[in-house]
Amino acid sequence: MNLHTFLTPPAEAAKRRGPHDRIVMSSRVRLARNLKDASFPGWAKKAERIRLLELIQPAVAGLPDMRDSFVETMDNLSPLDKQILVERHLISREHAAKGAGSGLVLNRDETLCFMINEEDHLRMQALRPGLQLRQAWQAIDQADSLLEKRLDYAFSPELGYLTACPTNLGTGIRVSAMLHLPGLVLAEHINTIISSVNKLGLAVRGLYGEGTEALGNVFQVSNQMTLGDTEAAIVERLEKVLAQIIEHEENSRAVLLEKKPKMVYNHIGRAYGILANAHSISSKETMNLLSLFRLGMDLELFPGVDRSLPDELFILTQPAHLQKRYSDKLSAEERDVLRADMVRERLKQVSRPVTPPPAAPGAELDKPGK
Amino acid sequence: MLCCVCKEKEATVHLTQIAGDKMQKVDLCEECAKTKGVNDPMGFSLADLLLGLGASQEMEQAAGGTEARCPRCGFTQADFKKSGRLGCPECYRTFAEALEGLLKTMHKGTRHVGKAPESLRASRDLSDRIRALQKRLAKAIEAEDFEQAAVLRDEIKQASAQLGSPAPS
Repeated sequence: MNLHTFLTPPAEAAKRRGPHDRIVMSSRVRLARNLKDASFPGWAKKAERIRLLELIQPAVAGLPDMRDSFVETMDNLSPLDKQILVERHLISREHAAKGAGSGLVLNRDETLCFMINEEDHLRMQALRPGLQLRQAWQAIDQADSLLEKRLDYAFSPELGYLTACPTNLGTGIRVSAMLHLPGLVLAEHINTIISSVNKLGLAVRGLYGEGTEALGNVFQVSNQMTLGDTEAAIVERLEKVLAQIIEHEENSRAVLLEKKPKMVYNHIGRAYGILANAHSISSKETMNLLSLFRLGMDLELFPGVDRSLPDELFILTQPAHLQKRYSDKLSAEERDVLRADMVRERLKQVSRPVTPPPAAPGAELDKPGK
Repeated sequence: MLCCVCKEKEATVHLTQIAGDKMQKVDLCEECAKTKGVNDPMGFSLADLLLGLGASQEMEQAAGGTEARCPRCGFTQADFKKSGRLGCPECYRTFAEALEGLLKTMHKGTRHVGKAPESLRASRDLSDRIRALQKRLAKAIEAEDFEQAAVLRDEIKQASAQLGSPAPS
């Protein structure tokens, strides 16, 4: 099966909408499961991993929700295809590094994705656009309940679902949301938020790596503890924290606009200027500028522009997606040029940000922001 | 300050994580930081790293210096120290004692209270029912209501028989 023809085109993928999607880009619930009487994938020999894959993959693909799904073994996917799956957040980097004995089952509308023989025998995840943790939990709970009839799970009444890493023990659940927080970053409140979220036992990760200042102002918040609490309680706790973060982000944006409008317009205007005019641009810089472009959309500085444009470019400008459009193997420098060409072309139809007119002579000036 | 992984080189990477009211610190040399994936924040969690360190120490203590080995998969504490992962589901029984302290620091509790496979839920419900019936039986006897007690006794017998029947573990 061809992954390229299976996956939703970026233009369509960027149009998926959900509650609070100005700030919450997507919700995800992942469950870790393992089979009884078998070694975990990291310890199992290749023959055993292949045997398990051949047992688990058809069981998953046979679920009613998984009709017409994409079913493949990792050794049959090219490095480029694997990287595309990572860039779409459908598989982990760890899974992309796997070969024979590991596999993937992805449903038609990309809302359910099963990684087989990643760190655990089965890592199943439900994905939803916007803030929909509860819906994602229900979807994966249902799939899991059907699968437990077909597969013999390793479960202990005391310790719950047994996982390769003790950090996932018990429920095996990881509830997470991908957040776009440019307001908190610009207002320099993000570190306060991260440390208070950490104190609640939740993890904050930059989605694309690079330390605390996440690329593109995108952050991933998730639970860390999996044992000693019910799934519903974990989902609820995360929902509460997310509601707070959303409120803080909205507040930051409002306060910035009131107190330092020039600083905000300066960032967005410069981002637009570079994106619309650059002839060579790295993936990292593109993400950071697209984040500001996205903020500009939220603040209605780009009237008439399709809301999904920055999100589509977010997908398209990542290295593997860019490479996929060209048959020749590209160097990083060549990619930077082609990326800039593509973004420039797409921003042709976008007019300069609409900001309030310059202050009249004699009027009070904005205090210059940073 | 020496790196707490290799205990050889000078630590240059210092990490602190606060979870609940617990603060955890790790000091690493550049090389160990790299191998532990500290440069890759996406794939890195301090918990995982601490797990590898703290766990092996606890396991060594629990095993009293001798090398514990999982009878099913042959996994040892040295393997655990290296990877921070266990070998198979049975390892949780093999290393139960050593893991207990670790789980306490890592999680909210040490007992699972969430979802269970339906086959087990049934037996869990059944044992709850038996316990409730036994309470009522004791009360009936105390009240000298022997007719009711006989009924309850039969119900308990029946439920116990169901529980004893091959319920998948």
